[in-house]
Amino acid sequence: MQFFLDALRWLLDPANYVAGAVSPLPIQDRIGEHLLYTFLAVAIASIIALPLGFYIGHTGRGRQFVIAFTGMMRALPTLGLLMALFLIVGATVPFTQAAFVASIIALVILAIPSILAGGYAGVESVDPQTVDSGRAMGMTEIQILMRIEIPLSLPLIIAGIRSAVLQVIATAVIASYISLGGLGTIISSGIGLNDNDRILGGAILVTGVALVVDGVLALLQRLSIRRGSSESGPNKKMSVADHSDRRRWRNQPSMKGKHVQVKK
Amino acid sequence: MSWLVDNFGLVAKLTGNHAALSIIPIILGFAIAVPLGWIANRWLAVRSVIIAGGSLLYTIPSLPLFVILPYILGTRITDERNIVVALTIYAVAMMVRTAADALAAVPADAVEASIAIGHSRWTRFWLVEFPLSGPLLLAGLRVVSASTIALVSVGAIIGSANLGYLFTNGKQRDFLTEILIGIGASFLIALVFDIVLVVLGRILMPWNLRKRSTAQRSSANTGQGV
Repeated sequence: MQFFLDALRWLLDPANYVAGAVSPLPIQDRIGEHLLYTFLAVAIASIIALPLGFYIGHTGRGRQFVIAFTGMMRALPTLGLLMALFLIVGATVPFTQAAFVASIIALVILAIPSILAGGYAGVESVDPQTVDSGRAMGMTEIQILMRIEIPLSLPLIIAGIRSAVLQVIATAVIASYISLGGLGTIISSGIGLNDNDRILGGAILVTGVALVVDGVLALLQRLSIRRGSSESGPNKKMSVADHSDRRRWRNQPSMKGKHVQVKK
Repeated sequence: MSWLVDNFGLVAKLTGNHAALSIIPIILGFAIAVPLGWIANRWLAVRSVIIAGGSLLYTIPSLPLFVILPYILGTRITDERNIVVALTIYAVAMMVRTAADALAAVPADAVEASIAIGHSRWTRFWLVEFPLSGPLLLAGLRVVSASTIALVSVGAIIGSANLGYLFTNGKQRDFLTEILIGIGASFLIALVFDIVLVVLGRILMPWNLRKRSTAQRSSANTGQGV
């Protein structure tokens, strides 16, 4: 317990927040870096994965690909990916930028499966009858996607992004071992110096940041649920819509696909 | 490749240790998560606590958890028990939701029929609910297995001798082959574990084979409708 009190004292010590201190201080700069890497990686990954997920969800083509791809990515060790990319990128990019470029590429690669699966599962979960009524009203396929499928699947799309964000925050910590900045530097310098306050303080800090960011996204996810579809989102919506029991039962296994988290 | 031949003993040893480190959390995680999932379905108030607790634990990034645990458990930071405990926590966090959903998805008719023919709660669980939720539990377990194996390598940062060592060592020596062999070996373990789980599932749930093929046909039909 004493360790934790010391770590908290370290975290609350104003001296650790003075601008211009020696790296890995000041703490707020490391938090800023960490959030910046996370935002950058998730944004790039979304640009790549969301359109692809929408396409697969809308057309139903390539579902097997998504399932196989996300399954395989789950087994990919993040540490190995980071180190391999660091060496590959380091061979062409100047050393000072190699860590940044390699880390961002690795983080993007790791963020893609969850976002892809979220986009695909979301669009696919939209009630076919709703899609058909859009079609009957004369909507083009693009209109169906933009005005029906994406708005209705927003909770699942955000759920995918949410697990990608968690994954990226966690992996960015490890990336301090290829000398990326961010909160990981506090832990790794603590391990190097055998400084318990730093190790534990850094670990608490990362966990706190992850919890706060996840909470904000959870809130967004909640707000994104359309009025009219019941409060727990698509899962419940199925039962509100007039489906026979058998139909709902059959839908359940595909719901499993939505647990798209990949823990690193 | 010649590096692999020269260092085959090391790679084999690390692979063995890696597999051993992953197998305990996978089994423990399953054994803890299924009862928790059952409890979650039994009392609705507990359900939200268990599910929320699971996702909260899941939110803790891995390296911080690896370094926090020694202070809680009183172990040394390099102790491999930290890794096993951390991975078990993640396995439970990942599995508990699947377990609760899987047990809740057991058809009510089957449960009622089992009550009618006089099963106690205990035998009903073992003879009806557990087998019928088997396919979904297996799917969850396969996810847990793959991500646990991938996560073990992070432990190399705090000095655990597993395939992650090939990553840190390969980076220090600027030697890509070593890292790629580590990634390959890690994939291999994941693949073997997955095959074992699928085969176990086939053996333990022979009825599932027939059902799955009909389910596939019906989902193919819905696919055409969309």
